[in-house]
Amino acid sequence: MSGVLLIEQALNGLQFGLMLFLLAAGLTLVFGVMDMINLAHGSLYMVGAFLAAWLVGLTGSFVLSVLGAVALTGMFGMALEAGLLRTLYARDHLSQVLATFALILILNDGVKMVFGTDLPLSAPAALAGPVELFPGFQYPAYRLLILGVGLALAVALYLLVQKTRMGALVRAGASNRPMATAMGVNIRALFTLVFGIGAALCAVAGALLGPLLAVQVGMGENILILAFVVIVIGGIGSIRGALVGSILVGCIDTLGRTGLQQVFREFLPPQWASAAGPAIASVAVYVFMAAVLAFRPQGLFPARS
Amino acid sequence: MACSFALFAVSAHAADKVKIGFVSTLSGPSSALGVDIRDGFLLGVKLNGGKLGGLPAEVLVSDDQFKPDVAKQLFEKNIKRDKVDFMTGVVFSNIMLAALPEAYDNNVIYISTNAAPSSIAGKDCNPLFFAVSWPNDAYHEAAGQYANTRNLKSVYLVAPNYQAGKDSLAGFKRTFKGQIIGENYTKLGQLDYAAELAEIRAAKPQAVYIFLPGGMGINFIKQYVGGGVGKDTALLLPAFSADQDVINAVGAPMAGLFNTAHWAPDFTNPANQKFMAEFEKEYKRVPTLYASQGYDAAQLVNAAVRDVKGKIEDRQAVRRALKMAHFDSVRGPFKFNVNQYPVQNYYVRTIGSDGKGGLINKSFSEPILKNHGDAYAQDCKMKD
Amino acid sequence: MAARAPGANADRPDVPALKVGAGATAITATTHLDRTLAIVFVIAALALPFILDALGAGYYLSLASRIVIYAIAATSLNLVLGYAGLVSFGHAAFVGLGAYATGILVSEGVVGSGWHLLATVAVTGLAALTIGAISLRTRGVYFIMITLAFAQMLFYLANSVKGYGGDEGLNIKARSVLGFGAFAIDLKNPLALWYVAVAVLGASLLALARFGPSRLGRAVLVLRDDDVRAEALGFPTYRLKLLVFVVAGVLGGVAGALSVNLQGYVSPNVLHWTQSGTLMVMVILGGVATVWGGLVGAATLLLLQEVLAAYTEHWEFWTGWVLLAVVLFARQGLVGLLGSARRSVAERR
Repeated sequence: MSGVLLIEQALNGLQFGLMLFLLAAGLTLVFGVMDMINLAHGSLYMVGAFLAAWLVGLTGSFVLSVLGAVALTGMFGMALEAGLLRTLYARDHLSQVLATFALILILNDGVKMVFGTDLPLSAPAALAGPVELFPGFQYPAYRLLILGVGLALAVALYLLVQKTRMGALVRAGASNRPMATAMGVNIRALFTLVFGIGAALCAVAGALLGPLLAVQVGMGENILILAFVVIVIGGIGSIRGALVGSILVGCIDTLGRTGLQQVFREFLPPQWASAAGPAIASVAVYVFMAAVLAFRPQGLFPARS
Repeated sequence: MACSFALFAVSAHAADKVKIGFVSTLSGPSSALGVDIRDGFLLGVKLNGGKLGGLPAEVLVSDDQFKPDVAKQLFEKNIKRDKVDFMTGVVFSNIMLAALPEAYDNNVIYISTNAAPSSIAGKDCNPLFFAVSWPNDAYHEAAGQYANTRNLKSVYLVAPNYQAGKDSLAGFKRTFKGQIIGENYTKLGQLDYAAELAEIRAAKPQAVYIFLPGGMGINFIKQYVGGGVGKDTALLLPAFSADQDVINAVGAPMAGLFNTAHWAPDFTNPANQKFMAEFEKEYKRVPTLYASQGYDAAQLVNAAVRDVKGKIEDRQAVRRALKMAHFDSVRGPFKFNVNQYPVQNYYVRTIGSDGKGGLINKSFSEPILKNHGDAYAQDCKMKD
Repeated sequence: MAARAPGANADRPDVPALKVGAGATAITATTHLDRTLAIVFVIAALALPFILDALGAGYYLSLASRIVIYAIAATSLNLVLGYAGLVSFGHAAFVGLGAYATGILVSEGVVGSGWHLLATVAVTGLAALTIGAISLRTRGVYFIMITLAFAQMLFYLANSVKGYGGDEGLNIKARSVLGFGAFAIDLKNPLALWYVAVAVLGASLLALARFGPSRLGRAVLVLRDDDVRAEALGFPTYRLKLLVFVVAGVLGGVAGALSVNLQGYVSPNVLHWTQSGTLMVMVILGGVATVWGGLVGAATLLLLQEVLAAYTEHWEFWTGWVLLAVVLFARQGLVGLLGSARRSVAERR
């Protein structure tokens, strides 16, 4: 692989990883703090994307639409938590699986009823072209935006969790909930807020990835499972773990699929090489997770003391 | 187990109407294709007074959601529960190949309005299968030939990793005389081409040829332009990635691109002029080649039912009537090969102004491939 | 039943304990409800094709067969999830392996059902043994994730093997043939497939009903609720769990072999995590750790889908609400609901 190709693929992997982080961050907080398996997390990502696409149709402004989608999805998430999901905290994980699975069905069809099966969403015209990062290497401007937003949010989340009082409460709740409750923390409000933030982060990812992928019903299902893998690798309840985990997974997946394809092309017909490369790269992600579970079962940066 | 159950025989009802099962991809990023085929087909039925060959027509439309297992169940439902006389409509080869056995096992004729893969064009040809579109390889053979006329020496190929994708690049390679410096198969339905574009950029080909229908092509071209790959590399396309659906979605960057097809909106034959006028009046948009295929399928069935004088229970007679193809196609001359795939002309088109501020395909009058069949028909030993 | 959350472990307090329905009790004795359902089952199994034909609804036999096959898969999952308390999120992998083992043999020209059964048992048994041996060393949510990981690996492997269809799937023209010569039963005949499927389901349900109250069954139930106590009592917990896991996997594989016979087609989607999720939903809906839970859950979900789809294209929406209602108001699943309804009727007399 030439140097330029390697750099470009590394940037692609980083971009994918950062978007994955936005989903994983919300998921790890919900699972870590509220001990709830939420299969509908990917549906919030989908709702965010649809809202952004719809708002762009209304307002014509990409920036306003993304902000609007984030706000609306955050509020939707909080309403969902207060209205329904709160009753599931006390229930066993199996019931949570069933309930959130039901939620996936309801949201998939609900979105279809309101918006249709898919909506077009384009990158803003100003970012539709390439940027010359250094002579001989051009990279799409839009993907640079995604990288920028992803990094900024990662830093912001880190500061929020490590440096603010709210963040301290969240960390306390994640590492030892009974103690946190005993210390008088308003758990209910905290949970609602955490869920809302998670939903808002999903919306950012959905809105930003919409122009690259497609805004369609069911778009959250594939990325959801990767988010779960990331939080297991990183450590349930840990934002730092989610960040490291998602970048690792993003890079293994992106660099793996092209690297392996090139290797396979040496001795397999192109159709087989093209099928095997991405497949084995995906397998590698799961093998990596299994390895982490074998040697460091709590994840790379465990939240619990 | 010799149990004679009415369950398992498809009853041949007295023909007082023609029932058609229409299964297509009507949702998702590539739904524009299925929607257009459906709209073209229904328009054809409507212009015949809601009848086909004189019999009232009932078209049962359903959505395969881009999933082969869903398509299989819909075929089964239409054939066993609704007792249709014909099945049609599927867009994608893999979905069609998964669902076809339902039709074959129950002696129901399938009219393909789009996919016509090489795997069933040769020794596995089936008398119940009629393709009213084109053989899968055809547009790409035409494009390879066109690339020769442009003196292109090195080309990088991209297609999705399924039957039609395989057919497409095989077709291009069959006629193209230059060098293929890359052959990349992507996942069917994939929408993010960052990795493939990076490889193309590193390989530095003279031209890139892609087969990426529907939403896949739209995304690829947008990202191709967005990544600045197009500056030094020509983009050559089959009409699947350059027709009105892609033009509408991508916009100005499409201007000037060349592509190959069996049909163009500016054909002057009377059948096409009527089709263009009626379609734009009914649906308020420019039809794609997919719509033209749906429309032609309706005309084909109309002609066959008319020729057997409404006796559609006689499948053999219907088959023979279909094979004669006594209808006026919007593409001009049309006839079936021995394997029931079309033999026809293929043209080069370019995207230019439609005079109203938009873009549309314009054809070159001289076909790049004339009276062209396919490379597999000689292996088909179908008895009539 | 012990009050401590199952899966909890005194020396590993950091591992989140997996909560598996403290309210789910295994029906260890044959109740009146069981007997009624059994009679209905036998009658339906024998007579359904004829009833459907008489109603002119012969098309629905394939739907009924699909329900039965899903019921076998769901029952096998119920064994490992309900009775043994192992939340395996990768069960679809075994169903898929059975389907592919059979499908590949048929596509290579081997149609004898004996070979198919042998291949299915061997492949799924080996896979379940390997996956189980590794996964059962973990607990709680990590067990879920590891079983999911293995299933996903198999899913991607199925996608990578272009020779047998890859992501386009594998179409087969022939089917399994039971027996020889004049007594050959070709599963291409829908009637034959139906009877074979219900026979397998019936045998599975009977075995499960016998298993619950047996010594082995009671041992498994004890270790579902409290690992530590089970070990203290001298049970070989690891080996018991592995045994249940393998048996469940093999039964799932048999369901897969039947499904490829029904569809004539198998694709990697059969191994996708959403399929594992669907199976779990069926089990929870029907009733965890009940004999009839798998069948009731599978039938309810698939019939809901079919009935609703006839009235509205938004059947997924309404199905979701029904499932939600069951979670919130019928904690022991539908079988539990039926059971308590009968009990309250009896009490009122």
